[in-house]
Amino acid sequence: MITAQGITKQFGDITAVNNISFSIREGEITGLLGPNGAGKTTTLRMLTCYLKPDKGAISIGRYNVEDNPVEVRKIIGYLPESAPVYNDMLVYDYLSYIAEVRGTGQSKIAEMGSLCGINEVMHMNIGELSKGYKQRVGLAQAMIHDPEILVLDEPTSGLDPNQIIEIRNLIREIGKRKTIILSTHILPEVEATCDRVIIIDRGSIVADDRTENLQAKSEGEKQILVSVSGADYPALSRELSKLSGVTGVEEVAGSELVSARVTAGAAAEIRPDIFRMVSGKNWILYEMTQEHRSLERVFRELTGGMK
Amino acid sequence: MNFKDLNIQETFQRGRDRAMVYLHMPLAIMKKELMTYFYTPIAYIVITAFLIVTGFFFFKDFFYFNQAEMRGFFQFLPLVLTLVIPAITMRLFAEEIHSGTIETLMTLPVRTIEAVVGKFMAATAFVSFMLAPTLIYLVTIVIVGSPDPGPIIGGYLGSILLAGTYSAVGVLTSSLGRNQIIAFISGLAACFFLWLIDKITIFLPTKLGFIEYLGTDFHFRNISRGIIDSRDIIYFISIIVISILLTTKILDDRR
Repeated sequence: MITAQGITKQFGDITAVNNISFSIREGEITGLLGPNGAGKTTTLRMLTCYLKPDKGAISIGRYNVEDNPVEVRKIIGYLPESAPVYNDMLVYDYLSYIAEVRGTGQSKIAEMGSLCGINEVMHMNIGELSKGYKQRVGLAQAMIHDPEILVLDEPTSGLDPNQIIEIRNLIREIGKRKTIILSTHILPEVEATCDRVIIIDRGSIVADDRTENLQAKSEGEKQILVSVSGADYPALSRELSKLSGVTGVEEVAGSELVSARVTAGAAAEIRPDIFRMVSGKNWILYEMTQEHRSLERVFRELTGGMK
Repeated sequence: MNFKDLNIQETFQRGRDRAMVYLHMPLAIMKKELMTYFYTPIAYIVITAFLIVTGFFFFKDFFYFNQAEMRGFFQFLPLVLTLVIPAITMRLFAEEIHSGTIETLMTLPVRTIEAVVGKFMAATAFVSFMLAPTLIYLVTIVIVGSPDPGPIIGGYLGSILLAGTYSAVGVLTSSLGRNQIIAFISGLAACFFLWLIDKITIFLPTKLGFIEYLGTDFHFRNISRGIIDSRDIIYFISIIVISILLTTKILDDRR
């Protein structure tokens, strides 16, 4: 559906995107993940024909972005970063304008209104809306022509937790029928919505795989957070290290309790041993949590956040 | 006979359909821009200020010379337009660049030139709308005397052409950056310069006298005398086309 080959974009001396290639199949929800300034937005802007790549080629559907930008734009719905909208227009007028340019009937406006939950603000000035509503208006704008491909740049930024869940559900729902590419730096979002992840760092792709494969990559080991009182860290560390299956202990600072993050082999179940050890020492166990943050680990390893 | 009539109608219809293919996007954009003008107070402020100033120039001469003509009005109109039109056009692209909506606009299935033409048409239509109330002056002089129709028809035709020219220049300066003030000042400077050119030829050697052909006021004066010459019309249209193409180029280079 979408193929990018060796695309590069420079702004002055800065290389925002450096020779990246990927392809996206029809009907997939792909997450473009990366730290701030990694080149996510630039990549999406090139896919939507807003920017021209300096090098490389992008083809979308049957069309080449270079030769047929207008045809490409017809099959794409795009929500730019922070959802820019005209502040001096009514929501209805704005959607009506988009519908006219997109060549869809005005009946789509009401449909989008209920889909994105903006019916109650339809006759308000866009400039007076909250961030969350503006984001939804932007989303309605992107979907009004029922596009084959939906490109969403940080669709949940600036929304409250309830809205985030609503928008994620909406994306999941639409993703059953459409190809969606979304960018984000929020990991749970990718785990919750995406079939596939492309991780970008400093303009290059560092990982490109299905979400579950990436999660599995770090499942060779697991981490358990242990917090106790009545002990000091060296003693806790010494005792934890003695347990079989433990490969590393790391201090977690910041609480009144003594806390340690224990790394162990994925196969070994060491939680009963920890409990017995702690109670044997007459310490009090306040917390013991097995962490399921595998994608975060992969992300931190790949994007250099991990020492 | 009947058959022939039908054919002409069909040809006309087909021509209109084809024109609509090209004009659909510019018209949609023009409609949106006009809607925005009248949704904000800008339109009403600009129109009111314009009518006060031009009304003064009309009635000043009207009572002084006691003649049924609109010469005073058309004499000062070009200068008034150099001030007013950049204020109308300044937001057209600068605002979109500033707020980031340009990204939405340029990812709609719209060619850059269609967006530029749409905005140009909106500004020109707005100025025409602003000129419409001045027809009351015309009604006034028709009631009190019998004015020569030539200068008046020529004057209005010239005004529309001049409005289009300044609008195109204003759209061009609006596409230069994200700052509306800069767009206004540079638009004003450019329009004022075009107005000024034919007045500076007196300081130049006679060999350079041809420079006056480059000024808007020279051509406007010709038309508003009631002489509708294709050279003057071609001048205005050339400036419009050049400005639109330059704006398209500037916006495309931003990519």
